[in-house]
Amino acid sequence: MSAPCRILVLGASSAMAQAYARRRAATGASFLLVGLNATRLAAVADDLRASGAPAAEIATMDLADLAGIETRAADLRGRFGEPDEVLIAYGELPDQAESERDLDAARHAFEVNFVSVALWILALLKDRPPQAPLALITIGSVAGDRGRASNFVYGAAKGGLDRFLEGLAQKHAGTPVRIVTVKPGFVDSPMTDAIAKGALFASPDAVGADIVRAVEKGRRVVYAPWFWWVIMAIIRNLPWFVFRRLRI
Amino acid sequence: MSTTPTAAMSDVSAWGRLSRLPHAVSRPPFLDDAAAIVGAPGSPLLVRGLGRSYGDVCLNAGGRLMVTDRLDRLQWIDLQAGRVRAEAGLSIDRLLRVIVPRGWFVPVTPGTKFVTLGGAVANDVHGKNHETAGSFGAHVERLGLRRSTGETLTLSRDANAELFAATIGGLGMTGFIAWVEMTLVPIRAARLAIETLAIADVDDFFRIAEASRDWPFTVAWVDCLAKGRELGRGLFMRGRWAETGGLDIHRPPRLGFAPEPPGLLLNSLTMRAFNALYRKRPYALGAGTQHYDPFFYPLDTLAAWNRLYGKRGFYQHQSVIPFPAARDTVVRLLETTAAQGQGSFLAVLKLLGESRSGGVLSFPMPGATLALDFPNKGERTRRLLLTLAEIATAAGGRLYPAKDSVMTPDMFRAGYPEWRSVEAWRDPAFGSDFWRRVTGDAA
Repeated sequence: MSAPCRILVLGASSAMAQAYARRRAATGASFLLVGLNATRLAAVADDLRASGAPAAEIATMDLADLAGIETRAADLRGRFGEPDEVLIAYGELPDQAESERDLDAARHAFEVNFVSVALWILALLKDRPPQAPLALITIGSVAGDRGRASNFVYGAAKGGLDRFLEGLAQKHAGTPVRIVTVKPGFVDSPMTDAIAKGALFASPDAVGADIVRAVEKGRRVVYAPWFWWVIMAIIRNLPWFVFRRLRI
Repeated sequence: MSTTPTAAMSDVSAWGRLSRLPHAVSRPPFLDDAAAIVGAPGSPLLVRGLGRSYGDVCLNAGGRLMVTDRLDRLQWIDLQAGRVRAEAGLSIDRLLRVIVPRGWFVPVTPGTKFVTLGGAVANDVHGKNHETAGSFGAHVERLGLRRSTGETLTLSRDANAELFAATIGGLGMTGFIAWVEMTLVPIRAARLAIETLAIADVDDFFRIAEASRDWPFTVAWVDCLAKGRELGRGLFMRGRWAETGGLDIHRPPRLGFAPEPPGLLLNSLTMRAFNALYRKRPYALGAGTQHYDPFFYPLDTLAAWNRLYGKRGFYQHQSVIPFPAARDTVVRLLETTAAQGQGSFLAVLKLLGESRSGGVLSFPMPGATLALDFPNKGERTRRLLLTLAEIATAAGGRLYPAKDSVMTPDMFRAGYPEWRSVEAWRDPAFGSDFWRRVTGDAA
């Protein structure tokens, strides 16, 4: 593990963010935790301090609110200093049928899962000293790998994010800015509590461990757990005449 | 992101897997969600941790079950004084990952680290060091208890002392234990100096146990298939914290998922083989040092070992028999077990000490405690368990609720004469299958 570093976490009360942050706290990282609910962020910050983090501050805001992202990003950077690592872990799993009925719900899903995330990344990278090392870790989803009837609003948002991060990574190739995209499969977190959980579900802690490894090894894209790479490689490569008949 | 915890109907078993019945299960990610669930009207509520209780203390069929596995945050830790406060869903597993590298350990641990602090309090669990350290509750300084009335009370031996005493070992009946504040013990190394001695028979156990008073950790493993003069044959293990050896933490389970054998794997033949093998494991008969993980948690390397007993599950008998009847009663329990030929995979024999945690329904009392597993073979196994329970109760002993599936209301009242004071403090919104079974009340 690298030297103690400062980690900015957007969506810090999410299960995967907590799992990752705990592992990094044990290595002496300090944190600025951003999210919606101050009480919850404080509980997470207490946990990280007790787990070994020398410092864990909190900042409360609605990250999905598109207004003033640039100003807020500048405020966070000014207050915390330039982070060595950014983890973007917020997101919402929309109800597909509702998104098709209610366009406001669809718009909200796009804003939470793609538009705001892309703007936050642009704002955090804007005017950053080009030689300052950074690991920018974004939680994507296997759902972004192919549009599917059952969740293409969420899938399109995560797929758009995937393209955005791919281009960003190409731009920064060969620089100390590393762009890491994590694509979890099913994770046993509050976000998926409405779904019946089966054997394919991974614990947030297992995903947290995968993220640590991905960052250490400088991976560009990582599936978590790894076997989703195999599953998604098959799904991505299914010819249309097969794919159109699948009910997935 | 904020999410409202949703309750989903799902089938739930205890660790013994004797039943699989629907519960309205919720898993709140934060304490404010949990408080909302506790305050909401509905069917009886039971709070559950990691579900390592063998019997129905962790079941509430048809009712609400609030699982605390996500409420696992440390609130603060004082590494000078050795004190920690954490949400009640924190597991000993995770706590050790945080404190062992910094030279601390939990003062009392049961035979698995996959229990939550809340569960350890609610069952007032004990460990290999009961004679010197008492049970888990003895090291709890304060508790945060959320009641269905909406109030959160801080309990300690000074404030709300009666409710504190009813909550230690109170099987979750007094409300939702939201957080636990407890002391830790310093260690210099993550290893123990251990000795293993052969036990020839039951009398030998009591002799060796007496001679091991200056060893803080003691436990005996008994070969249940031995009969006659060899009854009680086994191994006596004793240990103390080592002075050197590093502060390395334990590893995750090596095998995350145990297969469910098609038939009953643990028939008496395989048990004989296992018993023989177990006696030959490292340090069988001798001295050495051992990491805390295999010493305290030998079964944790196999994450779901309970599945090895097959689809029908298994029973466990654990009783404590006070002196001076302890010796003869242990003999009777072992004789009854051996005569039935229903085999016991694990028989654990240990002395418990005088130390009291103050919990009203605390299981430990001075005497000998015996724990036996039995694969469920239907009614005859149940009858055997009842017979063992009767023998223990008749000797002035009592059964461990965390392990029990057969105790009758009469046995419960005989073993825990002060149970009514816990019933008086019970939060009316709370109940469990166990509590309804042994109290006969509409809990």
